[in-house]
Amino acid sequence: MSTRFSISLNVSDVRAKKFLRDTEALGLTGAVTDVSLVDVYTLEPDFSKDEQKKIEEAFVSAPVQSGVFGDIPEPDSFAEEFNWAILVGYLPGVTDTIGRTAKKTIEDTLDKKLGEHEDVFTAQAYFLSGKLKQEDVETIAYSLHNPLIQYARIRSAKEYKKENGFPIITPNVQLEGNPHVDDVNLWVSDEELEQLGTLGIQNADGSRRGPLALDLDAMKVIRTYFYGKRRHPTDVEIEALAQTWSEHCNHSIFSDPIDDIYEGIYRRYIKGATKEIRKQKGEDDFCVSVFTDNAGAISFDDKYLITHKAETHNSPSALDPYGGAMTGIVGVNRDALGFGLGAKPIMNTYGYCVADPKNSQKLYRDKAKTQPLLPAARILSGIIHGVNGGGNESGIPTPQGFVTFDDRFRGKPLVFVGTVGLMPRMVAGRVMHQKGAQRGDYIVVTGGRVGMDGIHGATFSSVELDSASPATAVQIGDPITQKKMSDAIVKEARNKGLYNSVTDNGAGGISCSVAEMARECGGCRVELETVPLKYEGLAPWQIWISESQERMTFAVPKEKWEEFKALMERHDVEVTHIGKFTDSGKCVVRYNGEVVMNVDMDFLLHDGRPIAFQQTRSYEPIPSLSRGTKKLDFEKVLLDLLKRPNIASFKAISQQYDHEVQASSVTKPLQGKGQVNAHATVSRPVLTSEKGVVLSQGLAPWFSELDPYAMAAYSIDEAVRTAITAGGNPDHLAILDNFCWCSSKDPERLWQLKEAARACYDTAVAYGTPYISGKDSMFNDFKGFDAKGASVKISAPPTLLISAISVMDDHTKAVTLDLKAAGDVLYVLGETKNELAGSEYLTMQTKQAHVLHDGEKVPQVDTDTNKKMYEVFALALDQELIQSGIAITRGGLAVALAKTAIAGGLGVNVDVAEVSKKLDTDEILFSESAGRILVSVRAEDIDAFEELVDSSDRFRIGEVTDDEVITINDAKEEVASLPLEKAFDAYHTNHIPS
Amino acid sequence: MSTPNVIVLSGHGLNCEEETAYAFELAGCPADIVHIQDIVDDPNLLEQYQILTVPGGFSFGDHTGSGRAYANTLKNHLMDELQNFAERDTLMLGICNGFQILTRLGLLPGTLLPNENPIYLDRWVDVRVEEPESPWLGGLETFSVPIAHGEGRFHVDERELETLKDNNQIVCTYTDGETSEFFNQSANPNGSVENIAGVTSHDGRVFGLMPHPERALFFPQLPHWTKLKSDLMRDDKPLPEFGPGLQIFKNAVTYYEG
Repeated sequence: MSTRFSISLNVSDVRAKKFLRDTEALGLTGAVTDVSLVDVYTLEPDFSKDEQKKIEEAFVSAPVQSGVFGDIPEPDSFAEEFNWAILVGYLPGVTDTIGRTAKKTIEDTLDKKLGEHEDVFTAQAYFLSGKLKQEDVETIAYSLHNPLIQYARIRSAKEYKKENGFPIITPNVQLEGNPHVDDVNLWVSDEELEQLGTLGIQNADGSRRGPLALDLDAMKVIRTYFYGKRRHPTDVEIEALAQTWSEHCNHSIFSDPIDDIYEGIYRRYIKGATKEIRKQKGEDDFCVSVFTDNAGAISFDDKYLITHKAETHNSPSALDPYGGAMTGIVGVNRDALGFGLGAKPIMNTYGYCVADPKNSQKLYRDKAKTQPLLPAARILSGIIHGVNGGGNESGIPTPQGFVTFDDRFRGKPLVFVGTVGLMPRMVAGRVMHQKGAQRGDYIVVTGGRVGMDGIHGATFSSVELDSASPATAVQIGDPITQKKMSDAIVKEARNKGLYNSVTDNGAGGISCSVAEMARECGGCRVELETVPLKYEGLAPWQIWISESQERMTFAVPKEKWEEFKALMERHDVEVTHIGKFTDSGKCVVRYNGEVVMNVDMDFLLHDGRPIAFQQTRSYEPIPSLSRGTKKLDFEKVLLDLLKRPNIASFKAISQQYDHEVQASSVTKPLQGKGQVNAHATVSRPVLTSEKGVVLSQGLAPWFSELDPYAMAAYSIDEAVRTAITAGGNPDHLAILDNFCWCSSKDPERLWQLKEAARACYDTAVAYGTPYISGKDSMFNDFKGFDAKGASVKISAPPTLLISAISVMDDHTKAVTLDLKAAGDVLYVLGETKNELAGSEYLTMQTKQAHVLHDGEKVPQVDTDTNKKMYEVFALALDQELIQSGIAITRGGLAVALAKTAIAGGLGVNVDVAEVSKKLDTDEILFSESAGRILVSVRAEDIDAFEELVDSSDRFRIGEVTDDEVITINDAKEEVASLPLEKAFDAYHTNHIPS
Repeated sequence: MSTPNVIVLSGHGLNCEEETAYAFELAGCPADIVHIQDIVDDPNLLEQYQILTVPGGFSFGDHTGSGRAYANTLKNHLMDELQNFAERDTLMLGICNGFQILTRLGLLPGTLLPNENPIYLDRWVDVRVEEPESPWLGGLETFSVPIAHGEGRFHVDERELETLKDNNQIVCTYTDGETSEFFNQSANPNGSVENIAGVTSHDGRVFGLMPHPERALFFPQLPHWTKLKSDLMRDDKPLPEFGPGLQIFKNAVTYYEG
């Protein structure tokens, strides 16, 4: 018999106040007059009265809280009786982290082990009073839970009393049937074979197991391979091949030939750029490990390396934004832990591309409209909170990030997450960034247990989001389980030399991690029944490919096993020896002694995968609109721009992410008195070193339909330029590429991709900024239905995120974007051109995005000119001649002026005719030309500064004032005079849902 | 007297142990970081230390309430040893999650409830020292430090509040100071009763503080240091090396060095 234990608060409950605010936001103003929240723990084991008393003491802080066993206590503080009750809890199999901690606390308090299946489940009860209709309560309940992972029970007061409250719910997973292995018959028609690839293996009852994302060619190659072996493949083998051959794991679009590029765009343009740059740098090459490991690494100093990796977690975040984003951030943390022999995660980065939260378009995954997409505001809010939980709980600072709004992200949001790692170059004579599993090493898995969660995650993200998208792809992270494991690895096991290799379990679970490591020695043998499970009944194929979170795989020498095991257990980390690395050339998997997989390593690891010969088709965007009047109320235009989601502050995110843990923060995400979001941040990861690490990001999806080459070049320029503006060293700056494309089989999309990749080569080589790591996500499309049941396809615009990482010698020379003192002189560095196409200004004025306006160009990047200027800028910064610096980006010069002024709490008085005598005022103010930085310089430093910077690169536009007004003139004629306070309020318009 | 032995606890999601140990080192006294399981296995370990610090973090992810599960672990395995430790002439410091843990253990008064605006918040605050006689707070009047917490609203009932006042246990309060004025922010970031930021035990030796002094060890950690630097340059003054948080760790060390 299960029992229930409930905790309620006896003092004012801030959660209740937030609940009432959120209810107002649902349009139910004043409908709820009172609410009471109760935390409910459902305990499977029975406890004696004495034990219950001990549990109560352990869980309840009297007198602030009270706890009670038995029925959930009804509120006694309401003015009137409650009218409705809602109970929200997790569905079976969904990670319940609080339940886990509660179980551990009970075990510790009672000094007894509870059974493996004696679990604790958490739920929350809400008692509402107010005149509410059933549908109002349903609306509220929907806002409180995500039906893919949670249940919500609703009872009117009458029903509640009649049924004696809510029933006791123990969401245990009950799997039917006997776990076994099926052979899969591939000797079928092409049609059936194709169906098998797209819909998955058929169960006995005719249902399908979910997408393999293998096309007909791939299925045929697999059939031929097993024909050679004179047998049918098992379901374990097919599912495993689907994982390692998936677009997600394999990046076939980047690897396969495209038009006449026989080696594929990845080898030619990305890897090729790095190779060329390293060659040119010669002895000054600062790359240490590129493209071969879970992250890329560059030199920090003589003792340390820093690593960086950025990932996306788009598809899971579309279905469950909170869990998707959280597993994204803790997943990319494991890329640092799984780099070399393990790097310590020292910084997180984020970037969210989402629809405007005010977007109220209703969308469904199915025609019958039973599977709604979550509202836009909830998607963003869930993503923000997921990274909040994952980053904050892990004790990793999150200094750098961005949020970008565009309604084409309504179908699938892009959730970028990155992690920087720190690792000593050598420990006890061992080079830390190298690793290799040895024949005979134990295959050891640590961390979380395996369940149904995260099955087909890799194959799911290789296709479009639609009604067949599996809910099992949704998972919730458990950052604390991972934090314990992380501490055990980078603070102890690594330095003791207890393992030869390590990697993360991400996409494809152990099927991918074990196979990848087995490549190092040439084979593996796994005993699948030894893998610890969350619950009984998982089939072997599910165990092999499940992406259950917080797991790492190690190659542990036999003689180190006992010590490794003891260390992990001391950290409360589950550790299991599941097999051995071999040199047999084969990946062999057994289940209770029976061989269920026996595939050649070479065939498994992509070599067997058929090559696609991709063709592109170019297009010219057709100019369609005139940009309209040039006579404008510039004050109003500037105020309107500052309020726009893509320009306004996202302070609400920056402040809820701990950016100061590890005591490394140097320049903050919010800068100056006016707390303006910075483009780049500086950290000092080693407190005994003066060196700083600069992080920045660049992207420009608004240019991609107009000119994909320029879009990519701009993204790189923005990342490089913002990093250098904050103090980055142009000669010690590396970048990461994250391509998020859509409909990537469409020849025009492929042409855009090829153009973007070509720009990646040209720009990076010109700047001398090597790629050290990258990732792509090629199918950011949504196929579904609108409120009328009509088909809808929404594709995210092709987006290239460039993340930059640079090492500066002296962190005390870092520059922030806020103006410092009246009398300082303002310069625009870099040329402003007539490049309004795709700008925020034209998008706003014409209310049409991504349309080429007559006579306008997308910003083009002049790498040679920029590079020279950036190097000179870095010299000026090193000589401490720069008082403030802000890269001119979205919104152009006018917005940069406003931001630097708002941040400094000081006015400016400028004449933009100094920038150009040819361009119209709006072109000067709002063009988003690349390669520009707005700086302020002390009057006494002018000579030194002007001597350093070539006169063709600098435009002295005016000075900083103490009158708190942004005054803009064009050829001595005033075009705007905007009080700082108004600009401040506009900029701090909040678009971030709570 | 000589340099004290300092222990900084770790494990189960505490995460500020390295910078906290470094703060003691910078103050002239290296510290040992010890996993809680190692003390559970060898409880006598505590006898060799004079200063015990429970650093910040997210022990057990704040599940079932911040600090509760970690405090329960201590209570179930080490309560006698902790009492013995506290009875000697020792110092104990709980920062943020460490403060929450010490209140759950009853070594410090009060409860730390979810912030008034129930969202995790990272910002700087200014703290006024109410009891300069505290062994932890000598040489400080008002200092700037960052907070980063979701449950930092200090709560006691009225009667207990009077007791704390009578015993001079309210040693730190949030106040209008340099950073809150610079950023034009409210002094009290979380709705704590009477702006309480830190309290001590009755005898003053156990100290709990929501803000993080170990994140304010150096001048370039201040949130407005580039502005201060610019002002100092104009006055031809050198940049300070250290930040205001260091003094707290120095005080603890000095307590023993006399």
